[in-house]
Amino acid sequence: MIFLIDLGRVVLALLAQTGRVALFIKDALIQGLTPTIYVRQILDQMYRIGYNSLLVVGLTAFFTGGALALQIYLGSSRLNAEQAVAFIVAIGITRELGPVLGGLMVAGRVGASIAAELGTMRVTEQIDALVTLSTNPFKYLVGPRLVAAVITLPILVAIGDTIGIMGGYIVGTRSLGFNSYAYLKNTTTNLHVDDVTSGLIKAAVFGFIIAIMGCYHGFYSKGGAQGVGRATTNAVVSAAILILAANFALTSLLFSD
Amino acid sequence: MENGYIVLDDVHKSFGSKKVLNGISISVPKGQSLVVIGGSGTGKSVMIKTILGILRADSGSIKVAGQEVTRLKGADRDQYLSRFGMLFQGAALFDSLSVWQNVAFGLIQGRKMGRGKAREIATEKLGQVGLGPEVGGLYPAELSGGMQKRVGLARAIAADPEIIFFDEPTTGLDPIMADVINNLIVDSVKRLGATTISITHDMASARKIADRIAMIYKGEIVWQGPASSVDSSGNPYVDQFIHGRAEGPIQMDILKP
Repeated sequence: MIFLIDLGRVVLALLAQTGRVALFIKDALIQGLTPTIYVRQILDQMYRIGYNSLLVVGLTAFFTGGALALQIYLGSSRLNAEQAVAFIVAIGITRELGPVLGGLMVAGRVGASIAAELGTMRVTEQIDALVTLSTNPFKYLVGPRLVAAVITLPILVAIGDTIGIMGGYIVGTRSLGFNSYAYLKNTTTNLHVDDVTSGLIKAAVFGFIIAIMGCYHGFYSKGGAQGVGRATTNAVVSAAILILAANFALTSLLFSD
Repeated sequence: MENGYIVLDDVHKSFGSKKVLNGISISVPKGQSLVVIGGSGTGKSVMIKTILGILRADSGSIKVAGQEVTRLKGADRDQYLSRFGMLFQGAALFDSLSVWQNVAFGLIQGRKMGRGKAREIATEKLGQVGLGPEVGGLYPAELSGGMQKRVGLARAIAADPEIIFFDEPTTGLDPIMADVINNLIVDSVKRLGATTISITHDMASARKIADRIAMIYKGEIVWQGPASSVDSSGNPYVDQFIHGRAEGPIQMDILKP
């Protein structure tokens, strides 16, 4: 019995939460993305979300590309298919690992900082103060973060893709003995535009998820420092899980020939 | 009641099963200063946020200048809010913006004024609260609590509002700084001819800035009258509160030792 009561409570809480998120997304889109548009805020957020994440995303991509080249070489040598290394590294990075790992790293960095910033603004009444100064918080705070994340995530992932393939190239030519020209040739002839764009579409969706989760949890945080801490954790965890779920959904959608 | 500029009639507000406002009826004539006194958690802040529409009343009517405001939306609501200024308990300054940008915020974002002109007005308003132009370039984190309150006051009066709300304007300040703030409030309200509602539990502050005083307890107005009659109210709640006695009709939710 007690188990059923607990189960019911969890399900109800989950449904209520889903409803609140849905309403928040509605407000974010309808109020946040219609005039007045705060261009200055969007540019500021693009700098903070995009430029400041370059190092993290670049390093992640570089090491992932390197590790991928090593693993695929070891695996493919059992089948005498070493020539596939360059091509599989490129596909693996652009289709999956670039957007997913990049998205997860940005979720940790940016999702947390959005939630902490808006959460602090909430508990110190700065969001209420915006309202009394005739400024809609959805337009001033949520909209710009949403736009900035959706624009910058694909750019970040495109840069990450390049660095990741370069990581694979360095490992391939320096320690696995591939010919430099052959490796590059193998990458460019087999990599299709679709491979890259599918990853960039994923990145845009992940950017939306990161910004919405950060804003939602920050916006409704309460209870002082502890509440802000909780909001930050929830923003990162929920964004990470949603990114992985959305990645699965998008992969089956984009690659269902 | 009829000549009230701000009129609340039987306003109710609950959070879940907790009734916070339990039928508030109150009227403030134009140009008058009402101070609402009462202990912590009696619904004072909720009352003000309900008038502003930051919180939505469950039932009852709120009229400002004859206009019913409980269901305002969109542009009407923006128009309505542009009449208000508010000084928050913790000042609620935007910590990412400098002092002058804080003061000018409502002018630049809300009223679309040019930055140069807005800065002039901000500097003038800072002068009115006794802060020199050099303070304008500082950030809120660099200011003491009293200075933050003064900047908050300058921001509240920057757009020459018709109505100003003060949420615990002297809480957390030393008695001398509290009196400085009280004087500034009296001066700036007189200069603007504004209608004001203040909430406080600081009786010295209440006596100084009030034309009328109302006492709120458990979400209801238990007494109201001219500020001069607060000492001879004959009301046991008011007597207990202004003398700060633990014994009386107001029972705190604490366990007796």
